[in-house]
Amino acid sequence: MTGLAQVFTSGNEAIAEGAVAAGASFYAGYPITPSSEIAETAARRLPETGGMYVQMEDELSSMAAIVGASVSGARAFTATSGPGFSLMQENLGMAVMGEIPCVVVNVQRSGPSTGMATKPAQGDVMQARWGTHGDHGIITLAPSSVQDCYDFTIRAFSLADRFRTPVILLADAAVAKLKENVRFRSPTPEERAPRPLPNCPPEAYRPFAVDPEEKVITPLPPFGSDYIFRVTGSMHDETGGQGASPANADRVIRHLAGKIEKNRDAIVRVRRFFLDDADLAVIAFGCSARSARAAVREARRQGIPAGLLELTTLWPFPDDDVRDVLSRVRGAVVPELNLGQAAGEVRRLNDFGIPVRGISRVDGTLIPPGDILSALREARS
Amino acid sequence: MTARDCREYLAENRLPTIWCPGCGNGLVLKAIAGAFADLGLDRRKTAAVSGIGCWGWADDYLAVNAFHGTHGRALAFATGIKLANPELTVVVLMGDGDGATIGGNHLIHAARRNVDLTAVVVNNYNYGMTGGQYSGTTPRGSITSTSPLGHVEDSFDLCALTAAAGAPFVARGSVCGGENLRVLIRRGLEHRGFSFVEAASVCPTHFSRRNGLRTPAEAFSWLRDHSVPRERAAGMTEEELRGKQVLGVFADHQSEDYGTRYRKAAAALRREEEPS
Repeated sequence: MTGLAQVFTSGNEAIAEGAVAAGASFYAGYPITPSSEIAETAARRLPETGGMYVQMEDELSSMAAIVGASVSGARAFTATSGPGFSLMQENLGMAVMGEIPCVVVNVQRSGPSTGMATKPAQGDVMQARWGTHGDHGIITLAPSSVQDCYDFTIRAFSLADRFRTPVILLADAAVAKLKENVRFRSPTPEERAPRPLPNCPPEAYRPFAVDPEEKVITPLPPFGSDYIFRVTGSMHDETGGQGASPANADRVIRHLAGKIEKNRDAIVRVRRFFLDDADLAVIAFGCSARSARAAVREARRQGIPAGLLELTTLWPFPDDDVRDVLSRVRGAVVPELNLGQAAGEVRRLNDFGIPVRGISRVDGTLIPPGDILSALREARS
Repeated sequence: MTARDCREYLAENRLPTIWCPGCGNGLVLKAIAGAFADLGLDRRKTAAVSGIGCWGWADDYLAVNAFHGTHGRALAFATGIKLANPELTVVVLMGDGDGATIGGNHLIHAARRNVDLTAVVVNNYNYGMTGGQYSGTTPRGSITSTSPLGHVEDSFDLCALTAAAGAPFVARGSVCGGENLRVLIRRGLEHRGFSFVEAASVCPTHFSRRNGLRTPAEAFSWLRDHSVPRERAAGMTEEELRGKQVLGVFADHQSEDYGTRYRKAAAALRREEEPS
């Protein structure tokens, strides 16, 4: 199902198809609404391509199994929603500390706790960033269409391998359940590139060697190659041995954050709609970016010079793009299905004293474009 | 495969171990290295997956690929490691708190799922690393740092548990049993599918000391004197067996492992889909 053909399908299925296209060969998961079609599609598609599906006893073990499979060299992924994502935080931290690439899809639903299982939400923005304990960097991508679900999943695997990090695809129930035309393009050779092997002799390999500039990320060979090594969730030195000295711990934590922060250019992506001459900006992501796009189009039709900055990367937060937009407009509106998690980040970057108003919705329904349009009108008056 | 020297599998530059004098862990480590050597395992194709706790340090001292994961989840990491690379021999090193208490759900499902792994659970009947609190295998009546009145819960029989959950190979050895533990671990490694080997051990620092056994020697003697081979246990009453460890093999049957079954089914599917 690759090539140029258009397929009419859901975001969930497009995520699974994107993973298969990216060469993913291992899925471990636990069923949960509204992400289960990802598991079902993976269970059907992976054996066709020589991959493997395993349904684990919970999300703790699902996350652990994909981390293990990745150490054996597989492109590995799992999918879940809020309650499961909470359980995954433990071993997401293992992937961070062990610098083990993997992709975790969180189809956000209304929380906290069981909340409303079938209703969309965007309340896990901060959990994606800080859900696992301790300082670290993380990459989070936010799709707003079924095509994004496919494309961003491919990109997620590529980023995970390149930076030896877990990547979170932060979808939402609206986008995941949405059906649209999608093109199942073939990934580029670069996107499907196998992980590089170390170019040193096995005895010289240090799995946690760090380039202070963070330009070179140490390759992670698979278990079973000539490179015998140790990965660990404990504080470690460059060899993977115990390394709890203050100087070493400081170095490791700064590396875990720095390898993401210092590579923002390669990671952060945004979309700009009508921003060139805008004096009002909507800043949005995921399903709310769809509402925002309709609102901005309608605003333009009514002569209001509004534009949209869509954050397709949520973490690291697109600081430069947001700051640039804020510096050019008279006001900004941030619609989201939570009580202001992204709006807070936008305000952090508002060095320009312009009004930033959030539109928060936490009732399990989407933000109608009219609400954003009203906010734009108010911002103008 | 030809037999090798067990020292080939030990990271001697990392010795001595961090374990307390009189700890049973070193004997289990030696048994594992010995079993590896008996089978002549290729170190490159061998992985040790450990959890958290005193025994979770064991992978530090093995000169094979090692994965030191989170508390209780070693079997789940190992499941991914083995399924994604079936060439690997994967041994999973857990303690009773790690593998059978916080990781109890993973243990029974691993036994049921039957991935080709060998789990070696060192059972010292308490959480040693955190100071001697009670675990899921602490015997009723025992004094621990969190059961000062005497433990009121009953304990798991890990071999009965994993055998009931479907593990095709289940055995219990003891750190007092000499070469027997090495043999049981070797048999577990040779057995295709999920193998469970419990090593009954001692924790002189925290557990036995609080229960009237003042020295490591007393702890080892107690364990030896309270161990009964399975064959002899068959003729003993429940009353006679109370407080005793029954040693031996509790399950030994063939059952095709998850990876083999899955790959066969997937290959059949792909053949069906090929145009004839």
